[in-house]
Amino acid sequence: MARVITLTVNGRKRVANVEDNELLLDVLRDKLGVKSVKAACWRGECGLCSAILDGKAVKTCLILAVEAEGSEITTAEGISEDDKLSPIQNAFVEYGATQCGFCTPAFIVSAHSILQKNPEITEDEIKEKLSGVICRCGTYNQMLPAIKKASKEYRRSKSA
Amino acid sequence: METEAQSPKYIGRYVPQQDSTLKVTGTATYTFDVELPGMLYAKLVTSDRPHAKIVSIDTKESEQVPGVVAVATGKDFNFRIGIYVGDRDILAFDTVRWIGHPIAAVIAETLEAAEEGASKVHVEYEDLPAVFDPREALKPEAPLLHPKLGEYRVSPAFKPIPGTNIANRFKLQRGNVDRAFDECSVIIEDNFSMPYVAHAFMETQNCIGLYRRDGVIEVWSSLQSPFSARYLMAQSLDIPVNNVIIHNTFCGGGFGGKAGLGWEPLVAMLSKKAGHKPVKLILSRKEQFTSAAVREAFYAHVKAGFSKDGKFLAYKATFIMDCGGYGDYTVNVSRTAGYAADGSYDIENLDVESLAVYTNKVPTTAMRGFGYPEGHWVLEQIMDRAASKLGLDPVKIRLINLVRPGESSTGTGERVREDAGNPRKVLETIVKELGIGKEIDKPNEPWMVRARGFALNVKGPSQPPNASGSAIMKFNEDGSIDLLVGTGSFGQGTTTALCMIVAEEFGIPLEKVRVPFDRATDSEAYTWQTVGSRGLFVDGNATLSAIKDAKRRIVDVAKQVFRVPEEDVIISEGKVSVKGRPWLSIKLSDIAAAYTYPEGNAIGGPIIGAGYWTSVLNTYLNPETGQGIPSIFHTFGGTGVEILLNLLTGEIIVERAIQVEDVGRVINRLGVEQQMDGGLVMGMSVSLWEKMQFDQQGWLLNPNFTGYYLARFKDLPKEIKKVALETPQADGPLGARGVGEMVMISVGPAIANAIFNATGVMLNHEPMTPEAVWNALREQKSELLNEAIRGMKEHFRQTEEVMTKQ
Repeated sequence: MARVITLTVNGRKRVANVEDNELLLDVLRDKLGVKSVKAACWRGECGLCSAILDGKAVKTCLILAVEAEGSEITTAEGISEDDKLSPIQNAFVEYGATQCGFCTPAFIVSAHSILQKNPEITEDEIKEKLSGVICRCGTYNQMLPAIKKASKEYRRSKSA
Repeated sequence: METEAQSPKYIGRYVPQQDSTLKVTGTATYTFDVELPGMLYAKLVTSDRPHAKIVSIDTKESEQVPGVVAVATGKDFNFRIGIYVGDRDILAFDTVRWIGHPIAAVIAETLEAAEEGASKVHVEYEDLPAVFDPREALKPEAPLLHPKLGEYRVSPAFKPIPGTNIANRFKLQRGNVDRAFDECSVIIEDNFSMPYVAHAFMETQNCIGLYRRDGVIEVWSSLQSPFSARYLMAQSLDIPVNNVIIHNTFCGGGFGGKAGLGWEPLVAMLSKKAGHKPVKLILSRKEQFTSAAVREAFYAHVKAGFSKDGKFLAYKATFIMDCGGYGDYTVNVSRTAGYAADGSYDIENLDVESLAVYTNKVPTTAMRGFGYPEGHWVLEQIMDRAASKLGLDPVKIRLINLVRPGESSTGTGERVREDAGNPRKVLETIVKELGIGKEIDKPNEPWMVRARGFALNVKGPSQPPNASGSAIMKFNEDGSIDLLVGTGSFGQGTTTALCMIVAEEFGIPLEKVRVPFDRATDSEAYTWQTVGSRGLFVDGNATLSAIKDAKRRIVDVAKQVFRVPEEDVIISEGKVSVKGRPWLSIKLSDIAAAYTYPEGNAIGGPIIGAGYWTSVLNTYLNPETGQGIPSIFHTFGGTGVEILLNLLTGEIIVERAIQVEDVGRVINRLGVEQQMDGGLVMGMSVSLWEKMQFDQQGWLLNPNFTGYYLARFKDLPKEIKKVALETPQADGPLGARGVGEMVMISVGPAIANAIFNATGVMLNHEPMTPEAVWNALREQKSELLNEAIRGMKEHFRQTEEVMTKQ
């Protein structure tokens, strides 16, 4: 059955006509044109379809679009403010934390989400918490210092 | 990272990749993201038989599915494709050769309709006997996969043997091994293997074909090598090369698996069949594992002989590469593994036979390292084992045998040039940074072992001798530059490095030089392929040649403006000036589009520089002996690791690693480090965990990321040290050599050597999973295992005692 759902995507109210069995991933990409959300396994193993749903990083290939009715979704396109890159994006650029870049939006939203919750995060926690997303280029050693650098900014904005 | 000092503005420094802002904001457009007006979707129908004749294909029910536009089968494509051996069909015409072999493609208005249509194509088969092990496939009674092998188109460097399953046979012959073995005091003879491995690039292969009404074919594709795809497609379809336009978008990883030609001809022909509408094919992850090409499995039987003082005298090797259903590209992997079997060593007597053999499994293709990881997995372990038998250490035996640039020749008889790099310094750097010879901290748990090991690597691009590249640079009105090059963008960062070279040479800010992100073969400069770590070397040289050409044109105008001889014109710091007369100086922007005199009249015009580079030294290899000059450079390097081995579980943790490569000259230090770290992670992943597991009937059991484990963030070693040595190569761009693949070649053997050094356990077969390591330990050194168990009991007894006392 098709029904109309309303989502707030990157701060904007969006309406989509969806089937009951449609994935949030497909609705975001194909119906709402949010192309930063990628897919590489379609079964919850690679994490490339990650987005922030009501403050929590989720895999959008494991969520039906109808389940997301009324929720607030943030993707890599929505993390920067105005024309300025967010601290995590800046740090990724500075430390070379992108190679082919296909997984980058997923790591950006995942890192953003964990840093917002816990900017005091340790190196081991970063490694553990981000192990749900795969980077086949193996750019982890660039992401690690980038996330640590960005965490300072998150600490600052949390304490402010 | 440490390196020798230098002071240019960009070259050798850390420079963020120019495309990274688009990537971090999720706004880089991959083929996966491209949608065209009226676009249709295609879904493959694939074989569930490993080897069978197709009796009939019934598409009627599929065609009735609402939304289905057309169904294509092998009859629509009665030609074969392939880069080196034209053995591939686009959709099976009469025979299926593996489980997953594409048979038909359903085109529909939506992907869902295409999927439903695909489930309603009915195929009737007549089963044929199948063979899954290449060693079995070599036997005379084995079923023949390609009875028409003798009729296929074959590139000059390859030798399929019609009437057998041998897609290519390569021989390397030097000296006389049999005589040399008589003089050896240590001989090591053993079998080694590596399994089928998937590239597992995150963006699965996907492409859009648009067969235009004017006969021009446009393809958007997630690929590495737009120009070879264009050429091979035009050749297959027998149309002019410029009637094929390949759009070169961002590509979500390649690692060799998107080189050559992929699904581009299929989508082009599907578009024609669907009334010239654009048709998009996106492989699912399962299809990527089972219907596309992966890395071949490798089997080696080798005999290596050393003199009593450690000289590597003779090496006899048989390599068998399991190339699966077609050998298209793997024939060149077998050739390369064969001619490069001697690694970084000077071995006087060599006898290597390297075969690519068909089996009824997933087809195979190029993958990062291209035959070198295979050869090094064997050779670098032999070095440590020979050292142990001879009472030498692993460093000493390598010092004795390393090639000496300027003196030695490689196994193919090519003299190693003086400026080829410094393998000795690579070795010394690993010794120093890894702390070889220094005491190792013992873990507290008696069942844990900490160990160090290392392996060297060397690699050059494996390409046809005439493979070339070109570059065009166009000055804009403000002196900014568009650099047109054909190298693919799949994460290697080559385009940023090329822009850095241009910015440095003209003394202008990097922001003023750009390689366009959305490119196509009709508007960018040609390069053969983006493979083999050749991109920076070939396209870098072509870019330098274009810079020279542009400068010549600028000087032509400037000498008239200043009325001075051309040798007095200087271009630097974004200015054009006159030697010795600094007051005679104009900005590059004043001359970039045409120079205008104060009176308003103008001379010159928009400056364009064009350049190319082709190796003039390379040759085909002698078909009997493999002698000749295959590579445009060799990059020497190595990996050292410190690992923790759990004797009770067989688990290996890489704690510390050191990556060293003699890159000639660092262009973008950030790029070199990305490659070194990424190559380490991929090398660990492939050698420790990855294996495509087939059952007895040829079904792949793990076509997903649960059953097929890829390295994740938590697997990153605690400490990674990277050293780029810089022994410049005279004909390299500013002295540089390629580095992209070398960085993963020596990771596996370095880990295996660490385990051998600490325990004496020999690991001949990748991957070194806990199970494999534990089994090897139990079979080869059960006393260590028993000791570990005793140690564990004692450890817990003591702990318990302490607890009870408290």
